[in-house]
Amino acid sequence: MRRFKDSIYKWIFTALAFASLIFLLGIVIVLFREALPALKTTGFLDLVFGKSWYPTYSPPEFGILPLILASLWVTAGAMAVCVPLGVGSALYLHELASNRQKAILKPAIELLASIPSIVFGFFGMVVVAPFLQETFNLPTGLTAFTASLILGIMAIPTIASIAEDALSYVPPSFKEASYALGANRWQTLTQVVIPAAGSGISTAIILGMSRAVGETMTVLMVAGGAAVIPHSFFEPVRPMTSTIAAEMGEAATGSPHYAALFAIGLILFLITLVFNIVAEIISKRYRMKLGLSR
Amino acid sequence: MNENIIASAAIFKKKNNARNKIVQNTGFAILLLCIIITILFLGSIIYFVGVNGIKIMSWEFLTAPPRKAMTAGGIGPAIVGTFYLTIGAILFSLPLGLSCAIYLSEYSPKSIAVNVIRLSINNLAGVPSVVFGLFGLFVFVDYFHFGVSILSGSLTLGILVLPGIISASQEALMAIPQSLREASLALGATQWQTIKRIVLPAALPGILTGVILSIGRAAGETAPILFTAATFYARGYPDSALSETMALPYHIYALMTEGTHPEKQTMIAYGSALTLLILVLLISALAIIIRQRQRNKMV
Repeated sequence: MRRFKDSIYKWIFTALAFASLIFLLGIVIVLFREALPALKTTGFLDLVFGKSWYPTYSPPEFGILPLILASLWVTAGAMAVCVPLGVGSALYLHELASNRQKAILKPAIELLASIPSIVFGFFGMVVVAPFLQETFNLPTGLTAFTASLILGIMAIPTIASIAEDALSYVPPSFKEASYALGANRWQTLTQVVIPAAGSGISTAIILGMSRAVGETMTVLMVAGGAAVIPHSFFEPVRPMTSTIAAEMGEAATGSPHYAALFAIGLILFLITLVFNIVAEIISKRYRMKLGLSR
Repeated sequence: MNENIIASAAIFKKKNNARNKIVQNTGFAILLLCIIITILFLGSIIYFVGVNGIKIMSWEFLTAPPRKAMTAGGIGPAIVGTFYLTIGAILFSLPLGLSCAIYLSEYSPKSIAVNVIRLSINNLAGVPSVVFGLFGLFVFVDYFHFGVSILSGSLTLGILVLPGIISASQEALMAIPQSLREASLALGATQWQTIKRIVLPAALPGILTGVILSIGRAAGETAPILFTAATFYARGYPDSALSETMALPYHIYALMTEGTHPEKQTMIAYGSALTLLILVLLISALAIIIRQRQRNKMV
């Protein structure tokens, strides 16, 4: 009887363990199914490389290129902010912070990583955008630059804590060997520790990028929302995520607009999937290189 | 001749040392600058939201429903809505996530199935939150006819936090020494008895940390509830799992983008943002403290 009960539990756990696989497959199926009408009528290439997004005109035009470019611009801008600051902070924590500083700063950074994106978006809208508008004398403060800045600040804690983890995995013997050869701390840091932790740091950066591409509320609130191919960082843009969030409310279920929004969702999903798989591969190699099993 | 070379080498080395020293100091100064800028940026967000939000904060603001087309009154229903959504998400994702973690750490044979599950957890964790919203809209709102409701929103948020709960629980379970399990099995306990009475109690603090962090995440997410649960204005408190609801993060967004009295609405948005910020930071701090105590105990 006990053995029987035992095997029942085993089967229950096994079955429930597949839940995440089912949800992931479910997401893929739903996105494909609902995006299919748009892929069929507009065609995949015209959809992705179409230069105008006029979903409410008649006839409507569903070209996603301006939205994809906007996402890429904003993400690139965000990376320019968060990679130096995030990795720099991680290096400071690893190399220079005293134990007491570490004990305060590490949890603090983790805590800051939990600030909801809506709070960043709100801050960007009421404080940063008006400030930038005045300083640079712009027609509007809601621009690709503002979105990049806020997204970048938002991603710093994530990148800093993953990069710090990667640095801490570097065996102390690497450093000791370098010191023994007469290198100073800076030389050891830049020529031994950073290369050794390089793939871990790259994983942090890719995950940060993936988060920036997929981030919705912040860009919805501060990017300005003009669906045109971006020409300058100081103009409003409309990334993919904010298009879905802003327009899904008005698109009737099953309409071409609805299908086009799901198609954007599909492309977004595929982009982040690629980022995640790349991050996974790099981190696996890294762990093997340093002889860590898990 | 030889002495000359040695002497110039020594001078060269001295120069080099001095140069290296300058490079090192500059480098370290830049790193210090990085962390200072980071802290300034993030600190200023908390400062601005705190200083402005505190002006409107009162017991009435936290408990009363909004009045006069969102220009007066409080955010009570939004706080209650966020509470329901979060609890619903955890009720859905905890049993699923814990089962998955138990399977992966206790039963999993080294097989393709395990790798597939790991891979799907990692990828699910990277799916953008607005895509979860699309999934929830199609599956829960339309296909299952739950409509725009607390139920739909909770399920969507539940899937969003699932990978986090699985990873945290799995990590907690893996940290339990194998000898504990072996001792229990040697005494004649079945595997399930071992899990229930030995492994799970020992892993509880770690699992709890994961759950609390997920609560914080679910409470702050906006995009997944945008089309599945949230409404700008509800007359009162939600009365069933199938009614739509106000929610704190969505309320901030709506106040900033809808309505006709931007100045008054911005103040209420400051108050809502401060409430959400305090809520989420307290929840995360709790999780971090529990984990820290656990680590200290183990070391």
